[in-house]
Amino acid sequence: MQWETVIGLEIHAQLATKSKIFSASSTEFGAEPNTQANAVDLGMPGVLPVLNREAVHMAIKFALATNAEIGKHNVFARKNYFYPDLPKGYQISQMDLPIVGSGKVEVTLDDGQVKTVGLTRAHLEEDAGKSVHDAYPGQTGVDLNRAGTPLLEIVSEPDMRSAKEAVAYARKIHSLVRYIEICDGNMQEGSFRCDANVSVRPAGETKLGTRAEIKNVNSFRFLERAINFEVERQIDLVESGSEVVQETRLYDADKDETRSMRSKEEANDYRYFPDPDLLPVEIDDALIARLREVMPELPEARCARFVSEFKLSDYDAAVLTADRATADFFESVLATSGAPAKLVGTWITGELFSRLNKDSIELTETPVKADRFSGLLARISDNTISGKIAKNILDQMWTSEDNADAIIDREGLRQISDSSEIEKMIDEVIAANPSQLAEYREGKEKLLSYFVGQVMKASRGKANPGQLNELLRTRLKG
Amino acid sequence: MHKDTIATIRQNLASGQYSSTELCQHLLERIAAHKDINAFIEVNAEHALDAAGKADERRAAGAAEPLLGVPIAHKDIFCTRGVRTTCGSRMLENFVPPYNATVVDKLNAAGSVSLGKTNMDEFAMGSSNENSYFGAVANPWDTSRVPGGSSGGSAAAVAARLVPATTGTDTGGSIRQPAAFCGITGIKPTYGRVSRYGMIAFASSLDQGGAMATTAEDCALLLDSMAGFDENDSTSIDQPVDDYSGELNNSVKGLKIGLPKQYFGSDLSAAIADTLQQAIAELTKLGATFIDIDLQNQHLAVPAYYVVAPAECSSNLSRFDGVRYGHRCADPVDLEDLYKRSRAEGFGREVKRRILIGTYALSAGYYDAYYIKAQKIRNLISQDFTKAFAQVDMILGPTTPTPAFKLNENTSDPVAMYLNDIFTIPANLAGLPGISVPCGLVDNLPVGLQLVGNYFKEAQLLNVAHQFQQVTDWHTKMPASIT
Repeated sequence: MQWETVIGLEIHAQLATKSKIFSASSTEFGAEPNTQANAVDLGMPGVLPVLNREAVHMAIKFALATNAEIGKHNVFARKNYFYPDLPKGYQISQMDLPIVGSGKVEVTLDDGQVKTVGLTRAHLEEDAGKSVHDAYPGQTGVDLNRAGTPLLEIVSEPDMRSAKEAVAYARKIHSLVRYIEICDGNMQEGSFRCDANVSVRPAGETKLGTRAEIKNVNSFRFLERAINFEVERQIDLVESGSEVVQETRLYDADKDETRSMRSKEEANDYRYFPDPDLLPVEIDDALIARLREVMPELPEARCARFVSEFKLSDYDAAVLTADRATADFFESVLATSGAPAKLVGTWITGELFSRLNKDSIELTETPVKADRFSGLLARISDNTISGKIAKNILDQMWTSEDNADAIIDREGLRQISDSSEIEKMIDEVIAANPSQLAEYREGKEKLLSYFVGQVMKASRGKANPGQLNELLRTRLKG
Repeated sequence: MHKDTIATIRQNLASGQYSSTELCQHLLERIAAHKDINAFIEVNAEHALDAAGKADERRAAGAAEPLLGVPIAHKDIFCTRGVRTTCGSRMLENFVPPYNATVVDKLNAAGSVSLGKTNMDEFAMGSSNENSYFGAVANPWDTSRVPGGSSGGSAAAVAARLVPATTGTDTGGSIRQPAAFCGITGIKPTYGRVSRYGMIAFASSLDQGGAMATTAEDCALLLDSMAGFDENDSTSIDQPVDDYSGELNNSVKGLKIGLPKQYFGSDLSAAIADTLQQAIAELTKLGATFIDIDLQNQHLAVPAYYVVAPAECSSNLSRFDGVRYGHRCADPVDLEDLYKRSRAEGFGREVKRRILIGTYALSAGYYDAYYIKAQKIRNLISQDFTKAFAQVDMILGPTTPTPAFKLNENTSDPVAMYLNDIFTIPANLAGLPGISVPCGLVDNLPVGLQLVGNYFKEAQLLNVAHQFQQVTDWHTKMPASIT
């Protein structure tokens, strides 16, 4: 039997506001427990929420970035349930009238195909605090620093058909929220979290199968593994004659499996109703227009511009615009180095990215910032150094504060482009290799590379490779 | 001096007739001597005398805030920094807020001196003050009777002349009904006129803080300092506050007052109806005209209220879970045990009843039939008022169907108890301002007339009540025991 996988994602993106969604407390990550929780965040008696308009603006930007409907009259509702890290006994969220309605995003898959994924809605809500289980033996602590941090919950249609598609979609949203600067996207710190609704059905069936929801996956790698595990589990269940139960499951990365958290029967009746402490949010066209004006160039538009303006290939342009930091880095280096676009692009996606990967860091954390990287590209571009030497210089820059020129001067790495100097070295090499010369002249042209290598060695790698090749051919002919 | 109104106290403090310290000392002694009324949950004599002393010093130094040195008391629903705030509940028996309610801050800034916190039905749920964890309050007119609720302590304290004025809150009549039962004046402003910040929530869309005193003039003086927009309360309304005390002496000539036929039917005792007719005659003499009006959906107000208010309370009271503050049961074995026992022990019967009703009304499958329907009724009731206010300036009726009933008379029949608020609830559902004014005695028990105004017409209500009090003396009547 052929099975089709159906996946929808709910992504919680923490909005990058300075203060919380309903209080003036700071949202900064990593402070001492409960130092960023005021009376409102603690749910003290009599305190009231006041909406942070900045969160509203960010949600509207998201709607603009995904061509989604904007809920011009949107309403906060209370989601009622008891949990120690939920101070009021309810979460302020949105239910019937969310701030962002249906929209869509285009996702480029690994094979280059473009898939359109529908967005059902996105709504504003407050984050809960954290239960701390390991600080006090036998007791649980509650840290409410995170309580009240604004979240945008982005709900997709069940449009994905594989774990890879789901990851590609999640990456796309991740890129988008960082592009429009509404979320820092830091998955380790929980700024960007995914829940996956997964079901399977026989190929060709149009009715959805019973789904399981995998909660709080905090890396793309785990998302892919969690979905793949879950798909296999569900297919095994159905093929062995059992049924999938609707339930919430947790992904355990250590064991690489999903585990049941609670079933539908144990699910809370959240008793949503409009929050009487908050007025409906009315969004007028003037505000939307104002936000539209300050929207940055979005990935698709930027990619198209990179192709037309810099004559990059579609593939290179897509890679360079996949996230805003990379595209900004590229444009900055391009503008200041004078190097051709293709060269800058290759050096970023090749040498720079491989070093970032090796150190497991993001571009935003690179030790070689755009200005120093630009200095290096300028010297490659004006033939001061060869690409090979440039790689060594980049290694040195990686672990020091030096710029490329300083290293070049200090180590005398300037490329030799003086013809007479190169010719002198060529003559010495030819003189030292009479038998190879004879063979070459008898037609063994493969020996050219041998001579190139010898001269390069003599120049300690500094001979301009293009010039060397040309001069050598002439000289070898005799 | 305990019989002095705020208006008189202001003059006497200004002229040096007595100091705030002397006045507060005297009232604190009276409070101590009338413990049997149980009007106060907390009396903070030291704190009060300190504040009075400072007020006297400030006055000597030339300060002249509108309520400088004037003693008041807060209903124990308003959070007071450093002073225990219980909301009449065991749940908050030891709760000391680290912040002031906006109302408290505003009245402090106006120079008033708080003598303590007044008794109330637990979480403002009740019409008799019998639901207080700190014991029932006696009606000073007849200590075998209730003072009304939920602001029963605030009303009884003023009626017994323990303090000239108090704050109260009104969700379904909790200022106006006890004011009527205790023979004092009490105003519930328009929803959104007085900040709810720091006022412990019962039903957020209905709760409104207000003033209680012997006269409309004193209510105006208090409200002058209480009302106004608060950026900490999203439902407070950003519009200028009228000069309540400045408009008291406007003429009422030409005023059109509506008499809803639904307020003068069989629900109303004949004796109260008589007092209302006398009041109507007085107001007619002052130049007001009366028009019969129809508020056709009034009969739906109590049922709609008892869906909306419990629904909101079931959510508002979820925060009392024994985790961060408030009552926590001894030795919980696990989280569920902590929740269950803390809440079972911390809340009283009526509070639990309403949490259960509200939880039911909001639950899946019942939400549309109860909560949504109640909201529709609420709209209909508001529309009735809107139509009426196209014809009339304000509406007159009784505050309560009967005078104060006996302690324990209604405790076994919740619905009978709920029906006490039949005339006051509609104004809460519509968010309109209402005032209760003493208008007679029935069997030596005070009764009140209620005026309901259009949105933000507090000044007009206080003006009419004040003019009425210029030609009547019901507001000067006191329980016989007071000398």
